[in-house]
Formats: sequence, structure tokens, C-alpha cells
Amino acid sequence: MNDNTIEISHVRRQFGKTVALDDVSLNVPQGIVMGLIGENGAGKTTLIKHALGLLKAKTGGVRVFGLDPVADPVGVLGRIGYLSEDRDLPEWMRVGELMRYSRPFYPDWDQAYAEELRETFELDSDQKIKTLSKGQRARTALLVALAHRPDLLLLDEPSTGLDPIVRRDIISAIIRTIAEEGRTVLLSSHLVDEVERVADSVAIIHHGEMVLTDSVDNIKEAHHRLTLRFHEPQAGAPQLPGALSCVGGPLEWTFLCNGQIDQLKEAAKTLDAHVVEQSTPTLEDIFIARVKSKAS
Amino acid sequence: MQIHISLDDGVPIYLQIVNQIKYLVASGRLISGEQLPPVRKLAEQLLVNPNTVARAYRELESARVLSTRRGAGVYVCDAGSPLNRRERNKILNERIDILLTESRQMNIDIEDVIKLLRQRSRLIK
Repeated sequence: MNDNTIEISHVRRQFGKTVALDDVSLNVPQGIVMGLIGENGAGKTTLIKHALGLLKAKTGGVRVFGLDPVADPVGVLGRIGYLSEDRDLPEWMRVGELMRYSRPFYPDWDQAYAEELRETFELDSDQKIKTLSKGQRARTALLVALAHRPDLLLLDEPSTGLDPIVRRDIISAIIRTIAEEGRTVLLSSHLVDEVERVADSVAIIHHGEMVLTDSVDNIKEAHHRLTLRFHEPQAGAPQLPGALSCVGGPLEWTFLCNGQIDQLKEAAKTLDAHVVEQSTPTLEDIFIARVKSKAS
Repeated sequence: MQIHISLDDGVPIYLQIVNQIKYLVASGRLISGEQLPPVRKLAEQLLVNPNTVARAYRELESARVLSTRRGAGVYVCDAGSPLNRRERNKILNERIDILLTESRQMNIDIEDVIKLLRQRSRLIK
């Protein structure tokens, strides 16, 4: 039994003419918080649905807890807490009814904990789901996902479309869950800042392709924002090896680069320029630069 | 305990926590023997991954700024120890380097910088 909670290998998925996932592989080790970042339509939800067994991989393989979620839904789904992007909930039920309805699906449902969550999230047991605000819906859906203390949390855009106060609540609840040992989390978001706070590792997906997968620390260590001052004015964007983006001119140019800082400084010297400013870009800056440079 | 995490900083989150706690101890806002919040609590407060806080606490323990008492929590070490004095000087040196770099770029002489330091010191009494 290896220690990857999720193993997705070389999955390809097409919807009609659209290739939603193209040779996508992703391993999520146990106990890790993995952020899946990408634009709308990049393939995040499609990937998560494969992990849930909602979509069956025609090419490639998917294993969750070492099992095939399509072949063994009972073995897999009872241990997963899933928050769907559209907060799919039965409109006609009341909050309390939903909790009672969900309980039998999950052997590890903790009713006391569920009640505690309901109080923390300030949800009224008698309130009908169709009358809930957006933030209340998200909290209700998250309650159901958390109440059975799942081994794996799959959160699809958990705080997207929510106001800052609700976003804080949701992230706070997620962090409290992470602090409990052994739990694995895969959360997809296009709010890169939030992912940066919470994730151990990040997978960047773009137009159905996996662009980069690594720990947040490694990614930040390998990317630099450098401003170079050239001896001579440059007519066009100078070619710095490792550069993902470039703005400025004609004497000072700012690059977002991928590489070792010493090598980049050497490269600058050979271009007859010196470094006047150096900083670490945010994960969002890195994401944008990687995705844009892949597009061009 | 007032710690503020900035994502724009470029400095890794765990290191921001380390530096800020060192600063709080060196400036006396965290006193020796004072208890720090447990990892979970600080993670919730800062809205960051608990592993990040745990890493910061581990580094601070290696640096002998904090110590963990088994089952009883995390505490600030004795502030009088020479290691903490070293930390205090390190923090000041970082600020001094920034000041020196800027004054050099503006072509301000070191003697003038010292004069300015004395002037400001008299004003901030």
C-alpha cells in the first residue's frame, strides 16, 4: 500500500471536439494539501470528477486510496468529503433534514461534530435550502463534506463567488480540518492567493494540460523577479534565458524568470546588464507568467 | 500576538512568522516565559497551513528563541541569553544595511548618516 491518496496517470478526456484533459497525471500524497490552480475551463472540475468516479477514464488510470473509484464507489466515496462547484444540494430539504439524510451514506459520520459545525457556521436547522444565501449554501455543503471526518477532502472552488467574510470562515474551517492528522486535501481554485496560504503543493493546469506540479516552497525558490539595467538601450525585449515575461525598456527591463539566481545573474552579465532589483514573485504572478508563456 | 502575513512580500510565509516572532521577542513585546498559541490556533488566526506554523516554531526552537514543554505548549526562551542578543543584533544589522545602501545610492556620506542618526535619536525621546 503506497502513500499516495490520489493517483491519476495519463488521463485523457474529450467532450465532443473539446479536449478537457490531455495526458494529465497527478499524485497527491497522503496528508498533503494540494492546490489545483487554473483558469475557468482549464480542466479542474473534470479532473476532480475523475477522482470521484463521476467520470470514467477511457485512457489512463485513476486510483483513490489504491482503489478504482468507478469500480468500487462504496469503498471510496464513503471516505471522501466533496464540495462541488455548484454546491449541489436538494432545494426542498431543510438543513437539519439534509444532515439526517446524509448521515447513512457515511460510516464515520460524527453527529456531535456535525452539530458543532452547524453552530459554528450559524446555520438554522429548520431553514429550507432553497432560501439559503450563497454563503450559507457553501457552508451547508461544506458541513456535509466535513461532518464524517473524511480521509480525503475534495473541494472544487470552495470560496469562489463568496464575500470576504464567508471566504474567511470557509478557509478557517478547512484549516481546522487540515490540522487534524492524516487528512488529505485537494482543493481547486482560481484564487491563487488563498491557495498559496493553505497548500503544501500546487498543480497548475492550463487548457487541459498539467503545466507544473511542485511544492509551494520549491516553486517560489525557483522563480525570481529581476530588474536589469542595460548599458545600451534595447530596441526590443532582451532575451534572458529562463525568462517567462518581460516588461520595460529601453534601459531597464523587468523579467519574471525561472531558474537559479546565480545563473540568472551570470546570464545578465553576458547581456551587458546588471541587476538593480530582485524580489520573489507571488504564486499568482508565477501562475500568470507560466500560463501566458505557455500560450505564446 | 500580532503577526501579519503578506503574500506580496516574496518572503516565504514560515520565514515571515519566524522573523516577526524574533522581532517581538527582541523588542520585548513577547517576554521570556510567555506562552505562544498552539500551532492550530495560530494557523487559524493567520489563515495559513498548520504545517507552515509548525515549521516556523521548529526553526525558532533550533534558534533557541522558543522552547516546547512536553504536553504543555510553546514558550519564549529566556531573553537574557547571548543567543537572543545575537538575534537582536542580526535584526538591527538588516535595517542598518538597508539604510547604508540607500544613503550610498543618494551619495550621502557615512559621517552625515551618523549625524542624522544622532539628530533623530534626540527627537524621538
